[in-house]
Amino acid sequence: MQVKLALPKGQLQDSIADLLKEAGLDVSDYSDGSRSYRPQCSGAFGLFLKVFHEKDIAIQVAIGNYDLGICRLDWVEELLAKYHSEAVIKIRDLGYGRRNLYAVAARSSGYSSLEALKDHKESLRIVSEYPNLTEAFALKQRLRRFQIFPVWGSAGVYPPENAELAIIAEPSSGRLKGQGLVPVATLLESSACLIANRDILERKNLSRLLASLSTGEANYSHAKEPPAVEAGLEARHTARGKPLVSLALPDGHQQRHVVAFLDRAGLKIEGYNVGKASTRPRIELDGVTVKVIRPQDMPLQVANGNFDLAITGRDWLRDHLYRFPSSPVDKVLDLGFGKVRIVAVVGGDLPVSNTSDLGKIRNDSALRVASEYVNIADRYAHDNHLVPYKLIPTWGASEAFLPEDADVLIENTETGSTIAKHNLKVIDTLFESSACLIGNTEAIRWPEKKDRIAYLLETMKRGVEAGCVC
Amino acid sequence: MKVPRCKGTRDLLPLDMAKFRRIEAQFRDCCLGWGYQEIRTPVLEYLHLFTSAGTLSPDMLGRVYSFLDWDGWSGERVALRPDGTIPTARLYVENFQNLPIARFFYVENMFAFEGTGKESRERWQCGAELIGGSKAEGDVELISLALEAITKLGIEPVELRLAHAGLIKTFLEGLGLSGEAGADVLDQVFSGNLGVLSDLKGGNPELAKNLQLLFGLKGNSPGFVENLRGVFSSSLPALEPSLNELARISNLLTGLGFDYQIDFTSGRGFEYYTGIIFGFYNSGRRLGGGGRYDELIPLVGGKDICASGFALYIDELMGLLREVPRQERVLIRAKDAEGLKPSLALARQLRDAGHIAEFDLGYRKIADFRWVVNMRGGDEIELLDQSSGKKRRKSSPAELMKLLEEARCK
Repeated sequence: MQVKLALPKGQLQDSIADLLKEAGLDVSDYSDGSRSYRPQCSGAFGLFLKVFHEKDIAIQVAIGNYDLGICRLDWVEELLAKYHSEAVIKIRDLGYGRRNLYAVAARSSGYSSLEALKDHKESLRIVSEYPNLTEAFALKQRLRRFQIFPVWGSAGVYPPENAELAIIAEPSSGRLKGQGLVPVATLLESSACLIANRDILERKNLSRLLASLSTGEANYSHAKEPPAVEAGLEARHTARGKPLVSLALPDGHQQRHVVAFLDRAGLKIEGYNVGKASTRPRIELDGVTVKVIRPQDMPLQVANGNFDLAITGRDWLRDHLYRFPSSPVDKVLDLGFGKVRIVAVVGGDLPVSNTSDLGKIRNDSALRVASEYVNIADRYAHDNHLVPYKLIPTWGASEAFLPEDADVLIENTETGSTIAKHNLKVIDTLFESSACLIGNTEAIRWPEKKDRIAYLLETMKRGVEAGCVC
Repeated sequence: MKVPRCKGTRDLLPLDMAKFRRIEAQFRDCCLGWGYQEIRTPVLEYLHLFTSAGTLSPDMLGRVYSFLDWDGWSGERVALRPDGTIPTARLYVENFQNLPIARFFYVENMFAFEGTGKESRERWQCGAELIGGSKAEGDVELISLALEAITKLGIEPVELRLAHAGLIKTFLEGLGLSGEAGADVLDQVFSGNLGVLSDLKGGNPELAKNLQLLFGLKGNSPGFVENLRGVFSSSLPALEPSLNELARISNLLTGLGFDYQIDFTSGRGFEYYTGIIFGFYNSGRRLGGGGRYDELIPLVGGKDICASGFALYIDELMGLLREVPRQERVLIRAKDAEGLKPSLALARQLRDAGHIAEFDLGYRKIADFRWVVNMRGGDEIELLDQSSGKKRRKSSPAELMKLLEEARCK
């Protein structure tokens, strides 16, 4: 009988690889940096391994796609905070990857306790990668009025200008100091744990794998702490001091392109370098501040007026506008680089060559549509009448879902080579996307911002004209 | 492919709707008779209306359906109405702050997540709220109104159980348990775990013991309230105002001839209650409940004014209601092409006179109708009375109408 185990990508990989080795399981292709989603195990019993983004593992185990999984407790609790399910059971604390979930405020904001925050007269803005735990926390603390901004990452960079509170995971409170943050509450202590699907545990014999994993000891020396986030050149910001114009730049794989573009445009931004970006680089323009956040989060943040301008992709802008059609954010300038296609992808062996063929693989169950672009995927499914369908939000490593855990994937691709490498095929192109400058449609008309924004825009236009290669 | 109903929801079929409308009509009649005015609040409210301490209990708050609206980029969530009282308080503050007394009633659906899928996540309630006025008399008015509405539906017996939130809260405050800690203890007590009280030593073991005793006692007379005063008042003088209020209500109810039981374990409900809490039961099933919430109006931004209210659970009442008798129906059949036009005219005449007249489009069982009218051209009308099996011929619609009217009046 096959036993299915979901493993996380990222920081925990080496420690888990050690654990599996100690357990007598010879697993190949699973270490920090390996790109396979299906590590092979040559152990004695049929073990199917799949690699997911850590955040997806608790969900995959809860819905019964996997018998067992390894991820940190905070992601399990994030799922259970919203979906009161008994489907996931924690089997064993593996002891590594320790981190706590802190509610933090900026030191410069003067908020050093929850009580002080409760006295905040306006609506409290809380930013987090853990929106469900954040909402549970806000309700438990009886915060009168609050707004939760779910983000894909870099939550610690938002206070104090763009949020009063952030809920972030860090190995220790000491690491917050360097980011100019102060903890006001600890929500949760977390570490990697082995989890199981309760129903499967009741009826399926998993004992061999459970016994192996219970005896294996992880080599904690491999458990790497993530690099500390550098607060940047402007860590000594003033509380709620509104800059005249605020610009958000992306981290991640877009950064390389953006650095080159800003060079071409002649915009000097100190601390925004490939490989070592400060969260608050400094721009040589009076009255303009810069923060580095995730491109996925930019449309929402611009809509809220937390930033006036941001460099992101048209894909993320469209995903946002599908969800909030009247949102005050729009494309200001096409930047021309970072071109990708947003495509519908299926398993390479499926007898499907276009979207209308998807009905053939549906049988009596709902079509499973997975994507990081939840709203684009939703629109694609209902525009194409793929009734009934289920939407599976993913947090990365999306190709891993096909074909076992999803039927269709809505994904971006530059050349199509990654898709082909995973034995998948494109059946439809939804649209083409590239980097763009987006802006808050209200803010860019304000008299006190208009000139600076116009200057930035003109400068970036020169960058576009000077490029025309990407 | 069959599309299933959404989990945790129910359809109301014609027979259910007949019961629903019967309850709604009865409740409306009673409320209008007592001088209450009907309101309806939106299904969507801002979540923050319900998040302050003193509004929804932590358990209820954890089951609220909340989400971002289409323009919710600001991160402010909206909620599907989980409760009728808090939106009514908002409505009062927004529109009627200058009124020294306001009497409102509503028939609305409430939404709360329910994990097992066995119960509906959408629940209909008939509620009445009395804002302003004198406290004990107001409470007794609401209790009388609720009992009248239930008994007029033919549901008997109805047990009235009383508790007092002020009394319980004073005890908890004496034990240093206010806010969330106190709410946790109460949640457990009302869920049947009285054992939690034995762990409440705090700095005052005597008080903890007395609270345990309070939850163990039951009574049904003003004398019982005086006994409570005798037992508890010396150890906790702060109980006096609550005991006075309970005594006054108990006296009024006894004077009006109502049976009731004072039972503090029946005090489940919302965090916003400050005084009397009352519940209505039939064979152990809770049909509704309410209580005094004097701090709620200021909490939603209004002036300091006392208030009290109750809600009856329509789904529970529907389960107890006998089948609602159906009005007799008339089936009209055109037997030939010439009979079509006079058939339609007759159907209209019958409907105008208050009959249910259904035009036969085929596929209907005539057994479902008391009367069947067959019409042919040339003004020939044949009337079949299904209750007696008699067939009669009438020469004009007026003659037929007269006969039906006589039968209806019998």
